[in-house]
Amino acid sequence: MTISPSASGQLRFLPVARPGAGEVTFRLPSPDQPFVRGTLTTPVGKVPQVRAGLNLRDRLGSWLARWNIGRMHFTVEPGLYALGRPDEHSPVLVSANYKMSFDVLRSALPGRDLWILVLDTKGINVWCAAGKGTFGTLELLDRIQASRLEEVVSHRRLIVPQLGAPGLAAHEIRRHSGFRVIYGPVMASDLPRFLDNGCRAEPGMRVKDFPLSERLVLVPVEVMQALRVGLPLILVLLAVSGLARNLAYGRAVEVHGLPMALAVLAGILAGTVMTPLLLPWIPGRFFSGKGVLTGLVCFAGIFGFLRHRWPEQGLMESMALLLVTLTIASWFAMAFTGATTYTSPGGVRREMLRAIPLQAAALIIGLGLWLTALFS
Amino acid sequence: MTHQMSELTYLEDVVSLAYDRNRCIGCGMCVTVCPHQVFALQRGRADMVARNHCMECGACMRNCPAGAITVEAGEGCVRGVINELLGIEGPCC
Repeated sequence: MTISPSASGQLRFLPVARPGAGEVTFRLPSPDQPFVRGTLTTPVGKVPQVRAGLNLRDRLGSWLARWNIGRMHFTVEPGLYALGRPDEHSPVLVSANYKMSFDVLRSALPGRDLWILVLDTKGINVWCAAGKGTFGTLELLDRIQASRLEEVVSHRRLIVPQLGAPGLAAHEIRRHSGFRVIYGPVMASDLPRFLDNGCRAEPGMRVKDFPLSERLVLVPVEVMQALRVGLPLILVLLAVSGLARNLAYGRAVEVHGLPMALAVLAGILAGTVMTPLLLPWIPGRFFSGKGVLTGLVCFAGIFGFLRHRWPEQGLMESMALLLVTLTIASWFAMAFTGATTYTSPGGVRREMLRAIPLQAAALIIGLGLWLTALFS
Repeated sequence: MTHQMSELTYLEDVVSLAYDRNRCIGCGMCVTVCPHQVFALQRGRADMVARNHCMECGACMRNCPAGAITVEAGEGCVRGVINELLGIEGPCC
């Protein structure tokens, strides 16, 4: 970084050129996006203007995304936006172009005038994108340049969500753009207090926890993803069950297929709903183990009530159903590690290497027992 | 420096986090960016006070100007590990 005195005699940091960086084309986001309420005239042109209030369309979009509908295409155009009527002194907040991230940010800041610089994270939220590198140093440098941000604001500060840190090297941003990165709180809802405190974080603002409310909103996506595999599996099992010996097709489906379908659903319920919700209270550190426990509970609950419908069911078939429920519950519980805020890839790798062979064996034995019960 | 006693912990002694205190310049960035308070400033330099709370996100390594921290960062998800074990490139979600 080179230091030179400006006309007023103050020291200014001039950015060092990035090796290999080409010219970045100037570009502002389109004002025709549905959530844009107008434009603000700035030294670099008309910047699209947004408000802090979310309308029905915004909320509906987020709710659908929580159910995995349209989640991978729920985006805003990257670039510079104006929240309210910011000027050259207003803070600049950085976000991702996943619309839920953008909406969470602006709705946390009613009554304030700020700039929001949205990075192109391919529609992924801040934390995941930071892990992948798309919410990253190079993208932020490009976006600063593409927005001609240094002409819009007279200060040289960027407020970046703390969870963007895995992708951003604050000292590199400073070196190559002259902008100083200030890491904001983990939660956007803490931003008003953070800003009013002169960009100082209270200790609790820098910790990422995983309370019930946050686990709850993750459940619908887990359920939908599990059903995408589970429903076809159930159909196949139902079709095969009809072929059981000594029974008409339809009757066989009723007697052998339905309980197996229920076993699969019990496993999905245990792995994608019960485990996430009750996570801290289920014994064991391995998620796969927690799934076995919730699987047992769901199996006992569902079949405890319904056993009388299948009075002829033998022990072999009952064991088969139990093994299928436990395997599926264990698998989806283990898959939930990808949605948590505290599992490490090293830990997940260790768990998978131990759990998957057991899950595979249980599934093979369970299906083997089931087919034996049906066809011998 | 206390850390939350209610902090959820995953597995122990499994993370790749490595820290060389001799390189530390005491800037405190690792303390700022870590979402699980793995580091704390003590006696002018950082110390690892909660290594088992590390989730290998890489924020500390990325923001240490002195290169004192290394970790094999990645996303802790089953899909990602499967991709890695099978040699598949690309995003996990």
